[in-house]
Amino acid sequence: MPEGMGVSALPGARAGGLAVVREPGLQGMVSLKLDLTAGWAAPGVMAATGHAVPGQRQITRIGQGAVAWMAPDELLFFCPHAQADVLVAALSDALKDRHHLAVNMSDARVLFAIEGPGTREVLAKRMPVDVHPDSFAPGQMRRTRLAQVPAAVWMTGPQAARVVCARSVARYAFDTLALAAQQGGAVGVY
Amino acid sequence: MLILRCPYCGVHADETELTPGGEAHLTRPGPGASDDDFEGYLFRRRNPRGVHFERWCHTCGCGKWFHAARCTVTHQVFGTYSAQTTEPPGAIIAAIRARRPDWTPT
Ligand SMILES: [Zn+2]
Repeated sequence: MPEGMGVSALPGARAGGLAVVREPGLQGMVSLKLDLTAGWAAPGVMAATGHAVPGQRQITRIGQGAVAWMAPDELLFFCPHAQADVLVAALSDALKDRHHLAVNMSDARVLFAIEGPGTREVLAKRMPVDVHPDSFAPGQMRRTRLAQVPAAVWMTGPQAARVVCARSVARYAFDTLALAAQQGGAVGVY
Repeated sequence: MLILRCPYCGVHADETELTPGGEAHLTRPGPGASDDDFEGYLFRRRNPRGVHFERWCHTCGCGKWFHAARCTVTHQVFGTYSAQTTEPPGAIIAAIRARRPDWTPT
């Protein structure tokens, strides 16, 4: 597909209430599988991306990009959608003699933004996660269950979160988040 | 509700984030094993009332398999540990003994 021709899963999707749930559009995502305990891992990632390897369940931002710790052998990079293939090439080159896998996952995933005072209420209704600000703050990445599908969630501010899940369940995930965000549905815990 | 700490990502995972894998530390009979041994490996499982060792997968999380030691009666969790072992580590055995002095490994 020519650059700029991509279409996100639910262009312009938006629902509001306790918090606004929306699909911000195409997001570059590159998955990297490698042994993070190996001595060559961090220097290779730094050489290819300029990112340090984040600690367990951490997500760190640099400019327009970010990198998240997803598992003991997996990182997820966020970048502009058109840059994802460039990032894959840089990772593949820096780690070419090492056992690893770098894949452009951008179009296999969907990204949602949840913003507003009810953001933590919405998350708590759909995920078995302690989303109290003392337990779940910006900088933490949490993979969990969003209603009936796996998802990853992180806070981008005190009242703002991002959620990533498989594109194939984008409609289901958006609808269940939108339902949780309906006005009048506040539980009042957060 | 069962909450198990995944030893790979450190998350205190709700049971609904996990997939159960049944009894832990099974030995797969090698070539030349009897039909009876292989049938046992496939189908016969312990179903103890009390201390039990199980496999769990952090399916909706880091995706790793791990082990858990827990009580099937009270749901008390004695600990979770790496999948890269063929028997419960000493610290897990000690944790069980501290809470169940009359328990003996079988
Ligand atoms: Zn885990």
